[in-house]
Amino acid sequence: MSPSSAGPPAGAPAREPTEQDRIVEEIRAAAGLPPLRGGHPDRAYGPYRSTALRSPSQPLVVAPPSLVERFAPVFGAADVGALDHDLTRRHVGEPLGERIVVTGRVCDRSGRPVRNQLVEVWQANASGRYRHEGDQHPAPLDPNFTGGGRCLTDDEGRYRFVTIKPGAYPWRNHTNAWRPAHIHFSVFGTAFTQRMVTQMYFPGDPLFGLDPIFSSVTDELAQQRMIARYDHDTTVAEWALGYQWDIVLDGPGATPEDPEDD
Amino acid sequence: MGAIPAADPTPSQTVGPFFAFGLPFSGGADVVPSGTSGAISVHGTVRDGAGAPVPDALLEFWQTGPDGRLPSRPGSFHRDGRSFTGFARVPTDRAGDYAVRTLRPAAPTGATQAPHIAVTVFARGLLHHLFTRVYFPNNAEANAADPLLASLDEGRRATLMAVPDGSVTGPGYRFDVRLQGPGETVFLDLITGVAQPDGDGTGA
Repeated sequence: MSPSSAGPPAGAPAREPTEQDRIVEEIRAAAGLPPLRGGHPDRAYGPYRSTALRSPSQPLVVAPPSLVERFAPVFGAADVGALDHDLTRRHVGEPLGERIVVTGRVCDRSGRPVRNQLVEVWQANASGRYRHEGDQHPAPLDPNFTGGGRCLTDDEGRYRFVTIKPGAYPWRNHTNAWRPAHIHFSVFGTAFTQRMVTQMYFPGDPLFGLDPIFSSVTDELAQQRMIARYDHDTTVAEWALGYQWDIVLDGPGATPEDPEDD
Repeated sequence: MGAIPAADPTPSQTVGPFFAFGLPFSGGADVVPSGTSGAISVHGTVRDGAGAPVPDALLEFWQTGPDGRLPSRPGSFHRDGRSFTGFARVPTDRAGDYAVRTLRPAAPTGATQAPHIAVTVFARGLLHHLFTRVYFPNNAEANAADPLLASLDEGRRATLMAVPDGSVTGPGYRFDVRLQGPGETVFLDLITGVAQPDGDGTGA
């Protein structure tokens, strides 16, 4: 996603470069480097300032997964409540905002569905405010919205959430930094090695090219894999707009043998 | 079912600072209930490259029990007051500290690795989670034969070894996580070495 919306428009009078301009310059420089395996971000991604002290300086040690790491925790009915997938029905009233349905499939890299496995989400409210003591964005909390949900995938690997569209919000990476609207996703595979946490974005967001976290995925095709698709067939008449977003977990899945059977 | 083309993975993004109302769950630090015979504490501090505590990290633990088996029944979040679930999830506190209550793992049948707990580290400022392992010093023979431990020099190997900790009541082990810098924890790439559906293991 080229950050073409950044900086002053062509022909505008010259001005001092802003901190955001410098971030965009860094984003553009990093976009020219070859992407990492799978399109994942480099943990030491300069434009996202907090990575500076939180990314390992030693290379990862390549190791074959152990028997433990080749299997994943198993989830079921005891772990997920009947309404946990619906973030709009946790309180007495309905939350403010644009009601949406977000659905898709969780698969491994072979295209095999990840069945009956846990998908968790958390997000800001429609105003771009999280229900968290660390969020000081002066936007209103919504008494009818907490913003966390979970569900199990079905036999085809499908998940489905009902929620409201989160707002964009400011953060302190640099002056005038704003996060594009996103929903955080946490997904388990059939192997511990497939564990994934990521963020789902909405199509056409003008903040993509300005945002160091989105842009930390430098390959444009890989960026597209983080963006949901508006889908009118998922839209529910008179009720909610629909988005489709498929998730592909990295790494091989569990071997078919049950660990109890050996 | 016909052949399905290999797909490239969804890229990772940071867990961010605001996962507290989304991911932690009740009893998440208790792989076994309080009072369980043989229970141990595994605890430590997560630190960044400057040695400062990381108060917004999230750790997950996954392990066999003392019988060498992985739980395979659904209910990894469910704390019923009696079962060993094999899974813990715990956020660090304001001091960067965490603690889980669990049982000592044993190696599953056929394992080439010494008994260990598999660990995943998430944090604000960490764009892609990190895998590591907790090994226990009392398994000297198995540790000596563990291919990963054997491949590391002594200093690096020590970062994966839980340290018996007399500062706690009952059996306890300290396992600190250093994200960067002196004493940096050994983090693992568990994927590159394994054949991928696209055959080249690069996903490019």
